[in-house]
Amino acid sequence: MNLTAVRAIYRFEMARARRTLLQSVVSPVLSTSLYFVVFGGAIGSRISEIQGISYGAFIVPGLIMLMLLTQSVSNASFAIFFPKFSGTIYELLSAPISHFEIVLGYVGAAATKSIILGLLILATASLFVPLQIAHPLWMLLFLVLTAMTFSLLGFIIGIWADNFEKLQLVPLLVITPLTFLGGTFYSIDMLPPIWQTLTLANPVVYLVSGFRWSFFGISDVSLVASLGMILLFLGLCLAIVAWIFRTGYRIRP
Amino acid sequence: MNDSLTVTQQSRATSAPSDVAPAIVSVTNLTKTYASGHQALKPIDLEIRRGEIFALLGPNGAGKTTLISIICGLVNPSGGTVLADGHDIVRDYRAARERIGLVPQELTSDAFESVWNTVSFSRGLFGKPADPAHIERVLKDLALWDKRNDKLITLSGGMKRRVLIAKALSHEPRILFLDEPTAGVDVELRRDMWNVVRRLREAGVTIILTTHYIEEAEEMADRIGVINKGEIILVREKRELMRQLGRKQMTLQLQQPLAAIPASLADYPLELAEDGLELVYSYDSQQQQTGITGLLNAVSATGIEVKDLHTRQSSLEDIFVNLVKERQ
Repeated sequence: MNLTAVRAIYRFEMARARRTLLQSVVSPVLSTSLYFVVFGGAIGSRISEIQGISYGAFIVPGLIMLMLLTQSVSNASFAIFFPKFSGTIYELLSAPISHFEIVLGYVGAAATKSIILGLLILATASLFVPLQIAHPLWMLLFLVLTAMTFSLLGFIIGIWADNFEKLQLVPLLVITPLTFLGGTFYSIDMLPPIWQTLTLANPVVYLVSGFRWSFFGISDVSLVASLGMILLFLGLCLAIVAWIFRTGYRIRP
Repeated sequence: MNDSLTVTQQSRATSAPSDVAPAIVSVTNLTKTYASGHQALKPIDLEIRRGEIFALLGPNGAGKTTLISIICGLVNPSGGTVLADGHDIVRDYRAARERIGLVPQELTSDAFESVWNTVSFSRGLFGKPADPAHIERVLKDLALWDKRNDKLITLSGGMKRRVLIAKALSHEPRILFLDEPTAGVDVELRRDMWNVVRRLREAGVTIILTTHYIEEAEEMADRIGVINKGEIILVREKRELMRQLGRKQMTLQLQQPLAAIPASLADYPLELAEDGLELVYSYDSQQQQTGITGLLNAVSATGIEVKDLHTRQSSLEDIFVNLVKERQ
């Protein structure tokens, strides 16, 4: 195991985040905070409590999830897309490192950034709305698993994309809609019955539900289903990454 | 490990590459067909000797970069094997790649990184523990030391090329691939680059460079390989190649223009320039009899007045162009 190389990639990526602090940390924290101000403060006070939780608090886990998904995907996809685009990937491919180590470095760094962001947003949120975390360890577990899974997904998108448009396509057209429709701002109980059923096909519902459970002990779907879904996703992404490297898809002709 | 490396390095530095030098890179039956169906390499066999400078020449699209890319791990081979210092590049890729440094053709860089960081990153990527003293040495050797804190985006093309070389040397490779090292580099910088390459060879590094500047191969290489349409069509010592295939030409500049080559000179392979003021005689300088004396006597007997005379040896470029032309 070439741990030195993994560390080098990890540090390189973290340094990139530090260099672009405004874009990679301040901007997502700020934009998520706006949701708290608008939905939690301004509008939220006119919305009745959901299952005994004030609306402002209710949306916090969903918003952290929303940010976690989009940032993990965009971080990891850009991290691997850019060397491909600029050509510096030659060095990665010529280095004595295994595929697993490459993924570990890039996905590890992307996930770390998302987790830090998630915790920052959580801290910011607690300034605006009264928060309680019923199961902190579960909360962390969901945070870490989701960050890892979606960083992997981002890595896959970064490899697949051969232009900047495609790089934005999945986050914009898939991740954001699924998250908005995944119970970020509401409990799926509030939907008409037919939509309640349909929405169960949305994987993000399970993530948000599980994450929200770790805060308030309430959930739309069972904890087992949430955990199962995230692990299924993780397994799926790992399988695709393994396939990418085995075939050299888009990186090693 | 370190000790043995230093010892071999010294012994290599003192012994010039010779015919007996064992191969450090062995390419056997290597083929590459891209997914598009394009056959970039027909079965190729090639041995690079330890400590030599090997120049791989070929026209654009001949397969130079594909060959290098396979050896360095950027492209998967379709068939055949490559051993780098005895290690199979696929089965034993870690050991093989540790020994190899690659300077790519394209000037690629992480625009916002500093020179120092990007070179240190490369060393880490190759699994070597940090060694600031080594990085400092490399940067100084390449005249990059003053620029160590500069962002790559602020550097000129020539400087970026040096950074790529520094990155490739950061992990102390035994084999260095330079893919078109001086493409788009001005003459002065090119000379600098050649000096760097020579110093590396003196330190025991085996160097394989691709180029289509024949001048470069002529200046630096110990041996030359010519690749065309995915086939190695020739591998030869540079001196031998130039001796064997190099033709000499003698040009006679005349006082008065000639309308045609006089019959008395018909036995000599002569060409008359269009303006009739130059007679060009091609001969083989390896032959005992070059025919020069006879020609000059005949010229003088014919009453042609010669104003000036000069000879010229064909360059590697001429040889190369002829070789590739013959194949087509």
